[in-house]
Amino acid sequence: MSERVAVRKTYKLFIGGKFPRSESGRSYLVQSSNVSLASRKDARDAVVAARAAVKGWAGATAYNRGQILYRAAEMLEGRREQFVALGIPGDEVDAAVDRWVWYAGWADKVAQVYGGANPVAGPYFNISAPEPTGVVAVVAPERPALLGLVSVIAPAIVTGNTVVVAASPTEPLAAVTLAEVLATSDLPGGVVNILTGAITETAPTLAAHMDVNAIDLTGVTDAALATDLEVKAAENLKRVLRPAPADHDWSVDPGLDRMTALLETKTVWHPKGV
Amino acid sequence: MTATTTSARSELSELGRSETALRTFLHGLPGVDQVGAEQRAAQLGTRSIKTTAKAQAIDLAIRMVDLTTLEGADTPGKVRALAAKALRPDPADPSCPHVGAVCVYPAMVPYVAEVLRGSGVHLASVATAFPSGQAPLEIKLADTRAAVAAGADEIDMVINRGAFLAGRYKEVYDEIVATKEASGDAHLKVILETGELATYDNVRRASWLAMLAGGDFIKTSTGKVPIAATMPVTLVMLEAVRDFREATGRQVGVKPAGGIKTTKDAIKYLVMVNETVGPDWLDPDWFRFGASSLLNDLLMQRTKLTTGTYSGPDYFTLD
Repeated sequence: MSERVAVRKTYKLFIGGKFPRSESGRSYLVQSSNVSLASRKDARDAVVAARAAVKGWAGATAYNRGQILYRAAEMLEGRREQFVALGIPGDEVDAAVDRWVWYAGWADKVAQVYGGANPVAGPYFNISAPEPTGVVAVVAPERPALLGLVSVIAPAIVTGNTVVVAASPTEPLAAVTLAEVLATSDLPGGVVNILTGAITETAPTLAAHMDVNAIDLTGVTDAALATDLEVKAAENLKRVLRPAPADHDWSVDPGLDRMTALLETKTVWHPKGV
Repeated sequence: MTATTTSARSELSELGRSETALRTFLHGLPGVDQVGAEQRAAQLGTRSIKTTAKAQAIDLAIRMVDLTTLEGADTPGKVRALAAKALRPDPADPSCPHVGAVCVYPAMVPYVAEVLRGSGVHLASVATAFPSGQAPLEIKLADTRAAVAAGADEIDMVINRGAFLAGRYKEVYDEIVATKEASGDAHLKVILETGELATYDNVRRASWLAMLAGGDFIKTSTGKVPIAATMPVTLVMLEAVRDFREATGRQVGVKPAGGIKTTKDAIKYLVMVNETVGPDWLDPDWFRFGASSLLNDLLMQRTKLTTGTYSGPDYFTLD
């Protein structure tokens, strides 16, 4: 009997719930695995997929979104060994699962904390409610590979945004493996889209794209690139999250800032007592 | 012009006189190689059109769009807005060309005519009991005359598929001739509704039948049945108009309608036109797209080419 030949894995992009290769056909090597090198057009396709997913995801009940994120955390826990095999410390995987669960819990609470009834001098009910911003482009931090990624994706999607993530060029394996986790949870296709490859190629496209509502520059380490991206983002008044400081500690309590930065407030005046 | 083509022409014009001659001719047309047609269409869809060629293709495709709304919920206000968009598809860019035509139901024609008067944008109206065509002939003709009287200069008629599929070709032929007469000076587009014709052979026969009867355009679909325009069907129709011009010297236009939603699709069609019938048809007078959502995608791609950044649906009108 001939010896079995191992099946080698190609790490692909994650767009609209599917795992396509880059339309450009390019790939690059990371830890001796082939990883897709995303192009401008892949970024555009990812934005189209993210936009298409907004209505269903933002329209789902907060409770339902929370349940789906819990489910994703379950799947993440189940794949612990796979992440460890990629070289991610077990402690970090545990922290990532905990972070995911922590954000999942906020799904149906954030509106209570950040919305509410406003006292006004007139015969009106005046109510403010937080709503998702829409499509968010995220440049993921390089380290910690998994915890950093989870810490930027979860707060964006928990409130109903959809994201296009430019994964760290040096740590794409954790990102694609996380995509596999999300694909096997109940998250609708297009809510999270992951592009692997050069940030210098995908991020400017995302920053300039008129159908992207916010951009998170957390993982941008080059100050000149960050400035360039901010200038591009200004064209359609995207919300911009500035790059994280180099010594940012991802293991501490993240607070609510990442969630609230990607929310819009809708205020309703309703006549009463007529 | 040689003696043989002249005699061939008079022969073809005689065909409509008898059911038997018509049937013998239509069934004598060579069969369509289904696998071949599908493969050819797929192959033509793989061409890469970039930069300046793409910019030209997009502008040509915009000029070829028949901006269409055929809904029960159409109102005067809605069709006026659509007509305004037809005149100036991208208000932010004056260099953007206007579309080929606006296509509406007969009852909406007067409102569109007000807006389009003197603009060079054509006004098409569907008629003859669109989309089923299942009404008595007098009603279909009255429908046509009313549309022309209201200001339509293009009539999109549907053929009687019931009669065609039952093999009563003469009846279909006579209806087209009668509608052509009722349309007067208006251009007549004949909708074959290829999704209901079942085979490519039938598409080829219906194309020839429509052209023999005097149609100025042959159009694939109403957009009201699940299978609308496809590349192979349009290929078969393009081959038919090419062969018809060779046989008679008369050029007939082609209009795929329904299901063409993206710039990529539109460019594939343009490539197919160029490769099948040549540049003579690469003109809004001879090739049109029946579409509504296609226009916004063309405009977004156009904006991408002119500004370098990807645009979004928020920046173009809903219609």
